[in-house]
This record gives sequence, C-alpha cells and structure tokens, in this order.
Amino acid sequence: MSSSEYEGVMVFAQQKDGKVHPVTYELLGKGREMADKIGESLFCVLLGSGMEEVDELIYHGADRVFLYDDPSLQEFNVLHYKKCIVDLVEEEKPKIFLLGATTIGRSLGPRVAAALRTGLTADCTSLDVDEEGNLIQIRPAFSGSVMATIKTPKSRPQMATVRYRVMEEAKRDTSRRGEAIKKRARIEDTRIRVLERKEFEGEGSIVDADIIVSGGRGLKKAEDLRIIREVADLLKGAVGASRPIVDDRWIGRQHQVGLSGNTVRPKLYIACGISGSVQHLAGMRNSNFIIAINKDPSAPIFKEAHYGFVEDLYELLPELIAEIKRRRGMKTACITERSMRI
Amino acid sequence: MGHGAKDEKEFNVIVLVKQVPEAEDVRIDPDTGRLDRSSAEAVTNPFDLNAIEVANRIKERLGGKVTCISMGPLRADSTLRDSLARGCDRGILLSDKKFGGADTLATSYTLSCAIKKIGSFDLIVCGEKTTDGDTGQVGPEVAEQLDIPHACFVEEIKAITESSLVVRRKTENGYMILELKLPALISVTKDINEPPLPLLKNKIKARKAEIETWSASDLSEIGDVERFGLTGSPTRVVNVGSPHVEKETMMIEGGSSREKAKKLVDILEDLGFL
Repeated sequence: MSSSEYEGVMVFAQQKDGKVHPVTYELLGKGREMADKIGESLFCVLLGSGMEEVDELIYHGADRVFLYDDPSLQEFNVLHYKKCIVDLVEEEKPKIFLLGATTIGRSLGPRVAAALRTGLTADCTSLDVDEEGNLIQIRPAFSGSVMATIKTPKSRPQMATVRYRVMEEAKRDTSRRGEAIKKRARIEDTRIRVLERKEFEGEGSIVDADIIVSGGRGLKKAEDLRIIREVADLLKGAVGASRPIVDDRWIGRQHQVGLSGNTVRPKLYIACGISGSVQHLAGMRNSNFIIAINKDPSAPIFKEAHYGFVEDLYELLPELIAEIKRRRGMKTACITERSMRI
Repeated sequence: MGHGAKDEKEFNVIVLVKQVPEAEDVRIDPDTGRLDRSSAEAVTNPFDLNAIEVANRIKERLGGKVTCISMGPLRADSTLRDSLARGCDRGILLSDKKFGGADTLATSYTLSCAIKKIGSFDLIVCGEKTTDGDTGQVGPEVAEQLDIPHACFVEEIKAITESSLVVRRKTENGYMILELKLPALISVTKDINEPPLPLLKNKIKARKAEIETWSASDLSEIGDVERFGLTGSPTRVVNVGSPHVEKETMMIEGGSSREKAKKLVDILEDLGFL
C-alpha cells in the first residue's frame, strides 16, 4: 500500500435525530480549504436513519456525500458506525479523515484508527496541509501550556479529531452541486445495544453559548453567583464557573470552564473574579473576545484578556448592571418617544 | 483471544493505569517556552483512580480478581503499588526500551498483547483520559485491537452480570444507556465515584508486593515487536511550541467603579453585545 493511492479529504458528518452537528460544517470549512490546496476532492460520510440535511453538506462544500441510511444507525452505536466507516475508507482511500472531537467522535475515531492501523491526533485546534498532502496537526498538550505539532508521515489516512468551535464554519452556497451516494450498511454486530438516549431540557450546553459570564474564587459565597447570573441574563448569555466553585458545589459541573470541564469559544467571555489557572485559560482562551474583571492586577487571566478591569467584582458588577439597565431604559425611552411622534 | 467467562467461574477485571507527572508541578520555562518536568512528582493518573474504584466495586459484587497493567519506565512500578494499595490484586508493568516513544496506537497494541498474555478477562476499565497525553484514545483503541465492544465517558454502571453490562454514558447535553456484551471495555469519567484514600496498612503491604515486569520479549510470542514503541507509532511530534501569541491587553485601572462600569458598557456596545 503506497500512500500515493490515497486521495481526497473525508469528513465524518455527525448527526442526531437527522440534524447535522455544527462541528461538521466547521470540518467542511477546513476540509474544503485543504482539499483545494492539494487539488483533491472533499467528501463526507453521513450515517443515520431518515436524514434530511444531505443537500446542506453539499452547500457547505462537500463534493460527494456517502449516505448510510439504516434503522440500525439511528443512534450512535460505535460498532455499527465503525464497520461502515472502515469499509468506506478501504474503498475510497481518503488521504485525510477528520472527525469532531465530540463525545461521539472521541469514541469512534480511535476505534476506526486502530482498525485501520493508522495515526489519530486528538483534539486538534489547528490544521493545515503541505503540498504533498501531509497533514499538519496542532493540538494543546500538558493542560494547554504548550502546543504540539504532529504529523502522520507514512500511514494513511491521516486522522484527526478537531475541537468544536475552533474552526470557521464553511460558507453556505446553495448553488453548489455535489453527488449523494447511497451505501448499504451491512451490520450484524449485536454486542452493543442502545437502550435509551436522553437530552437534558432547558439549559443548553455552555459550549454552544455565544456569550458566557463566569464567576470564580473572587465570589465570597454561593448566593453571590446571582450577580453573575444577572449580568449573564442581561446579555442573554450563559453562566460559567471556574473549577474551585464547582468543586465546592456552588454550581453544577456542566457550567465548569477549563480543561477538566468544558472548552468554550464564545463570541464574548467575561471572567469575574477568576485568577486564571493554566487549566481554566486553556478552556477559554480561544474565545473571540475576552474581558477580565479582577481586583488583583497581577492575575494571570489578564494576559489572556482583550480588556482587563482591575476592580473588585462586588464594586464593578452592580454598577455594570445599573449602567446596562440605564442605557436600555434610555433606548426604550427614545423608541417610545419616536413611536409616539409617529 | 481467550476470555474466561465461560470456562472459569472467576470474574476477571483488568484496569489500565498510567504514571503521570503531577499536573501542578509541570512548569513552562518562560525564556525557552519549554516544558520543565524536572520538579514534577510522578503520580497515578487521577482519572485511573476512578477506574480502580469501579473495578473494586465490581469485585465486591461478583467476586474475582482485579489486575492492573501499566506501561512505562521501571519507576512506574510505584503506580502499580499504589493500585495494589487501593485494592487491585495483581500488578503488571510493561517496561522495555522498545516500548518507548509509543503513540496511542502502539501503546494500545502493546497493552492488548499483554491482555492476551494474561488470557482471561471479562471487563477492562480505564480512566477517561490521562492528564499528560490527554487524548482518551488508548481505551477504545485497546478495545478495537481485542475486538471487544466498548463505551467511553461512562458515568454510571446501572447493572452488571457475568455476561453483560448496562452503563450510562455521558453525552454533550444528556446521556445514553448502553448494554454491552462481555467481555468489554469501558472508560469512566471522574463523576462515576469518589475514590477513597488507600489505607496505611494496605500501602505498607503493597510496598512489599511483587510487581511482575514484562519486557518486549515476553510479548514477542503474542505480538509483532515492530508494532511496539516508536517504530510502531504512525504519528510523530515534530514541534512543541509556546501556545499562543500574547494578547495585547488594554488595562483599565484608575477611576471609580462607576466610571469603569460605563467604560465596560461602552466596549460592549461598540462590539455589538448590547
């Protein structure tokens, strides 16, 4: 098997209830860019039952979509998914194969890589390809304190899982044309059965939030989280937390930002009373815009912030809440005045 | 592959453990940007403690034996002793220069060879990931190499019998309930239990316990030596660098908190967040 037989970039299109996970569109964005750079095609594999978004995958850059539509693939069953994907890789021989570093991708990716006896780089935050088609994979290591660049020189496909919300989504272009290819799933494995799946109602995951307001050790007691919550509510954002206050059970672990909690990349991250441990910083430093509020000017969080406010959160946040309300009130007043005139 | 659930009554659990540098002790040299591990103390990967505790609970229910396996330098035998002190019955250290420089594929291959050499097992338990490698890949890769089912992110064991296992597996915003036929592998989250500290008398006992050490030649009848260590690793770390360019932070220090609040709201308005 010479590596020159391998061609194209393949993306795992993750779906749930027929709806494609947004990380897929991010992988298609990066995948398209790399495929164009080496002059090869981009294709994706979609497994499920009764899926409707095949056209969307094409609008987002896929030249071909391999579709496995079978009731046995409705829910994520790692053995069923692995079988289909390994068969497809052996037929299509992609040079590069990308999966989202989701709880599904992180279970499926290693299984596929081991079956194909190839390399898999976990949780990449940056990818590139050289002219020979070698994938350059960058991932944080040692709690995000260093970035490692990893290559898979000989084995093909070169596989990577990619962190969600790190890469740009592909642009949607409804004039794009591509091919949907139906494949038959040959599944006999009964060693895993999915008995139930449950999604928590109400609160979405903070990973999906565009705005996160986080509190940490600067808070004196659990009740004071309501100040953080009020700021978050005013900005229509989610509440985040650093590890110490999660460990003290002031707030649920699903709110924890950091390497042992959630890695987030919102449009706006406001850190209140968080000094900024290495682990916390690794979990939020890719946010588009970071504002830090801390009374200690030497707090490490300020190194990662675009704006650093040296102030006690107990002084600043109530003023902030009042100021937002005041300006909103003014705006509402202006609008009312204008509408009255009309 | 011989698992012994059918021909042997004993329920055998294998736990995969690793020695890692204590997270707080890893420092970055500010001048070179290099990782300084010299001050780091070696500890058992914290996630593995949850895996050991799962194995202990299962042993309480079904009897049998817990074997822990680790791959690493000879000094990693202290991690196996720690595992024995925490309740494991047998410790096996895979140590050889030929195992060095292994990525997750070569590591999982070597571990799977050792598991085949042990011969009889019903369940393999590992932690969600290690604090140093941080990939979470070795568990599922071992399962594939042994051709057994696996579940990652297991946060609860709902039921276990000699032939099957029902687990609750974490997802991004909920969970799945899975039934796995045994033998199987699970990787467990930190939320699955709260591992107790080992008792002093067990620590003392573990100090004198025998740790079996297997080298590459001990596994050469089962596996292909070429697939161990660096030669068996498809990936290469080509560079380790500083994580990022430092952001230019605009610091707002002086003035009253009222003035700062106004400034902050101005910024939020300019950025379109209000």
